[in-house]
Amino acid sequence: MPQTLAQKLVARAAGRATVTPGEIVICRVDLAMFHDSSGPRRLKPMLERLGAKLWDPARIVLVTDHYVTGEDAESRAIVGLAREWAKAQNIRNFHDGVGICHIVLAENGYLRPGMFAVGADSHSPTGGAFGVYMFGIGATEMLGVVVTGEIWLRVPETMLIEWDGRFGDAVCAKDVMLYLCGRFGLDGGGYQAVEYAGSAVAALPMQERMTLANMTAELGGQTGLVAPDAVTRAYLAEAGVRESEIEITPWQTDAGAPLAAHHVFDATALAPQVAAPHSPANALPVGEFGDVAIDVAYVGACTGAKLEDLRMAARVLKGRHVARGVTLMVAPASRKDEAVARREGLLATLEDAGARLLPNACGLCAGYGERFAPEAKVISTTARNFRGRMGAASTEVFLASPYTVAASALIGRIADPRAVLQ
Amino acid sequence: MSARAWVFGDDVDTDAIAPGAWMKFDIDRLSRHCLEALDPGFAGGVRPGDILVAGRNFGCGSSREQAAQALKRLGLAAVVARSFAGLFYRNAINLGLPALECAQAGRIPAGAEIEVDLEAAAVHIAGAESLRCAPIPPFLLELLRAGGLLNQLEQRLAAARERKPA
Repeated sequence: MPQTLAQKLVARAAGRATVTPGEIVICRVDLAMFHDSSGPRRLKPMLERLGAKLWDPARIVLVTDHYVTGEDAESRAIVGLAREWAKAQNIRNFHDGVGICHIVLAENGYLRPGMFAVGADSHSPTGGAFGVYMFGIGATEMLGVVVTGEIWLRVPETMLIEWDGRFGDAVCAKDVMLYLCGRFGLDGGGYQAVEYAGSAVAALPMQERMTLANMTAELGGQTGLVAPDAVTRAYLAEAGVRESEIEITPWQTDAGAPLAAHHVFDATALAPQVAAPHSPANALPVGEFGDVAIDVAYVGACTGAKLEDLRMAARVLKGRHVARGVTLMVAPASRKDEAVARREGLLATLEDAGARLLPNACGLCAGYGERFAPEAKVISTTARNFRGRMGAASTEVFLASPYTVAASALIGRIADPRAVLQ
Repeated sequence: MSARAWVFGDDVDTDAIAPGAWMKFDIDRLSRHCLEALDPGFAGGVRPGDILVAGRNFGCGSSREQAAQALKRLGLAAVVARSFAGLFYRNAINLGLPALECAQAGRIPAGAEIEVDLEAAAVHIAGAESLRCAPIPPFLLELLRAGGLLNQLEQRLAAARERKPA
């Protein structure tokens, strides 16, 4: 019986040959990830109440990224608790203040095709870029996982989204996801598996595929998958994963597998997208925005400040300076990506253009620490522009790709990066 | 359970339910800001047993379970929505907050006296109609009856210890 990639991943975790969409199964978890906000501060008291031990500390990854900038006593206490807990529980896979959890997981080679993983963060579908069934859960459900090693799942349907052809210059994964949010809405994914395929997706580097998988959260999917290939293999080898641990062939959707929906789009026709306040679903081609002045341009977050994203922003800003009155902030998604960006001269380009560099953390995207000013008009590479998330209720946040954010910073208004790069 | 309906629209996100600026504080403090951007009178006006009614995709966005926990802390007995974001739905059940999917939730007027029957998967509007809801699967009803996942795990671990004395 032909199966989708999602079905194959769930079947393996459930110890079954095949599974049928809609049935409830119990899955063994290969990897559980949580951060300072969703992890120890909530898990510790519950574990103590249960008097329970962790099922397998080697399968747990803890990353501090939400409160690491420690702007006040409460934030510092949350991070301090995470550090103490990691030590007490002997968590070896502890990454402290070196980047955003989803990026840290990938660059350290934790994710390998065929795995079944959960993360206590809504952008956990990012792992799906590696052919991993990964999704976000809350802290109490994470408690269940770290005590039992298991989780229930309704076997998902698969929504297959193909992009044929090639994306145009200055069009990237962020544009794809904003377009899809606009087209299908914030519940378009129906909490099912979304698989991205087609020649344009196959041509994307891993970090761009991670952006597709990541923003499946905004599209309302449970996970966002890209079937592994030679690009996946090369990235993982670079991340230190042994060749024998990388399986490609078993983790593909079979021809004739059951699909809930199948959409084919022409990549060459996609224009840069901008989502107006206060929803990613308010996406329109950049050309449809008239004269919109901006105060702040923000390049940050797991979805918008990886090395590939920094390259895009730097390409637009090279040898130029942001418009007078515009504040440009850049928060590289991980220390590793920041180091490479420095070697490549990208950071110098960005700083020469007027960028203020921020720590490798969730930063303003989470809205847990520093926030944008009331009334500010912001264009941002982040994932969500819900009212009040990153600032006051009167703060207006537009979402766009690193190309478009950089071009807008340069001009001082929402701008088409293709015009700037000509 | 019979109580007043607090009615909200589509795509109510977790940033509205559990605002980020208050996430570093405990649930008592956080819950006082629950949904304040959409209805400043909500957190202060909810009476224990009241029911939140919403449109499509309630609870979209973050995995923060404080969204469900804040609603519970304010005393809401259930959330009835046209549909839920999957992550919020799992969090609500795991925290013992009943979440009922009702295609006709839009027929419930703000402030209406309503009654929710989880076992029968129905919402009764006082002096008016009854609305059918999607049934909650038996294993999730059991989880709700246990009061959520923490309680259920506690009961299971205690039962296992009794079977196998140290």
